[in-house]
Amino acid sequence: MNAAAQIAQVKAPLTKVSMRNLDFFYGESRSLKDVTMPLYANKVTSFIGPSGCGKSTLLRVLNRMYDLYPGQRAEGEVLLDGENILDPAVDINALRSRIGMVFQKPTPFPMSIYENIAFGIRLYEKLPRADMDARVEGALRGAALWDEVKDKLQTSGLGLSGGQQQRLCIARSVAVQPEIILFDEPCSALDPISTAKVEELIDELASRYTIAIVTHNMQQAVRVSDYTAFMYLGELVEFGETDDVFNKPQAKRTLDYITGRFG
Amino acid sequence: MSLYASRRGANSAATTLCWVAAVFGLSWLALILGSLVYEGVRGLSPAVFTEMTPPPGSKGGLLNAIAGSLVMTIIGVAIGTPLGMLAGTYMAEYGRYSKLTMIVRFINDILLSAPSIVIGLFVYTVLVHPMGHFSGISGAVALALLVVPVVVRTTEDMLLLVPGSMREAASALGAPRAHVVAKVAYRAAKAGLITGVLLAVARVSGETAPLLFTALNNQFWSSDLTAPMASLPVVIFQFALSPYKDWQQLAWTGALLITVAVLALSIAARALSAGRRNSK
Repeated sequence: MNAAAQIAQVKAPLTKVSMRNLDFFYGESRSLKDVTMPLYANKVTSFIGPSGCGKSTLLRVLNRMYDLYPGQRAEGEVLLDGENILDPAVDINALRSRIGMVFQKPTPFPMSIYENIAFGIRLYEKLPRADMDARVEGALRGAALWDEVKDKLQTSGLGLSGGQQQRLCIARSVAVQPEIILFDEPCSALDPISTAKVEELIDELASRYTIAIVTHNMQQAVRVSDYTAFMYLGELVEFGETDDVFNKPQAKRTLDYITGRFG
Repeated sequence: MSLYASRRGANSAATTLCWVAAVFGLSWLALILGSLVYEGVRGLSPAVFTEMTPPPGSKGGLLNAIAGSLVMTIIGVAIGTPLGMLAGTYMAEYGRYSKLTMIVRFINDILLSAPSIVIGLFVYTVLVHPMGHFSGISGAVALALLVVPVVVRTTEDMLLLVPGSMREAASALGAPRAHVVAKVAYRAAKAGLITGVLLAVARVSGETAPLLFTALNNQFWSSDLTAPMASLPVVIFQFALSPYKDWQQLAWTGALLITVAVLALSIAARALSAGRRNSK
């Protein structure tokens, strides 16, 4: 083995998720076309592309969120640690406990801040009060929200600002100790300061979780991600390290998109 | 300029007509409420709440009728609410896209607007006739049949108002469907669900026709659900049509009691749904 190959092997990250020939259908219309790509473990992968290109759809395949709706189906393979999660025999709830999701609009539950976090934990563990307190605190600290809410844990989560609500949702996802976290345009409803906080948070989370983030904001993709996938009309046009995709894109459509020539 | 002037004229004419119509409609309501309060309050006394309905020509109260109304309404709501909630939950949460839901919704809408006398006749046929006599329990069943469609409708509507994103968020944590419904959707729709039940109570507490065919009436105190049972609406119906002054007075007072109770329930329901809007 020569030196270059050795270096390449050292650099090559572990594959956490591997999509193979993935197709997705809303009824008759096909919105993902033969997508094959990996998500690397402990890396941030961003998905960019114009509206309707299938990037959110792809995210919703990864935790099988589409299963909630009739007429939506995925074909192909999505291997999570080697196991095909599209297999109908897969326990969806167990799968979702391993793959957290943060949505475009903050979605706090209509309950106290404390209960918002405890909700997810209680699904899997029966903890004594003190342990639960510690877990809730840990999750809120992990989402850089603890200092802002520690004196009002029993007040409604709906009373927080948009940015705080979004971090509460991140804390809620983190609290169930998933392996992967999916972010679906997590900052599109937030102001710049809240956005910066959430991005910082994603940065920190990347050391412990595999992260996929859909974003309309190309600067955000550059800031937070290690890898970038550019999608267009349901096809994966380009996938590579973020620096490469933005600095020397291989496909003309990628170049056109990131330079703002269409969108 | 003349165009502008004629528009102004048309505008003030329309405004005036609106006012006249509103005042016309509301004044009847005010007249009804006014005479009800005027006539009803005169008969208010502790005896109304402590004594039984009297024979003609003697003093008495409405205790057995009030108690009967309370008992039958409570049982009716206790039977009808779970049924209605479960059906509404199926329609909004589980079978949202199914044909069955469309059929159930259609039938429910018919039931919602069915004349209550038809409900009374139905219960008479299936319960009173086989039992051989009128009874409090068949009255309660008739009221339950009126509660169901109201609760089905409000439960479905209120659950449909809960944003799908909230269900998705709960599902994304790995919560099973039943858990999502019970812990998140119900919670988000809580005020609306309670409002629906209150409205159902208000709807049935003034019903006379279904009770005439089922619980009939009882001059005396009765806590036996298999025996005929008095209720405010039926007592009002009987006493108001009688030639006796005492009975007529009690009918006014009973009508006032029902009206105040229904008004209080409606206000409570409105306050609850207003609170829900504000907390959003």
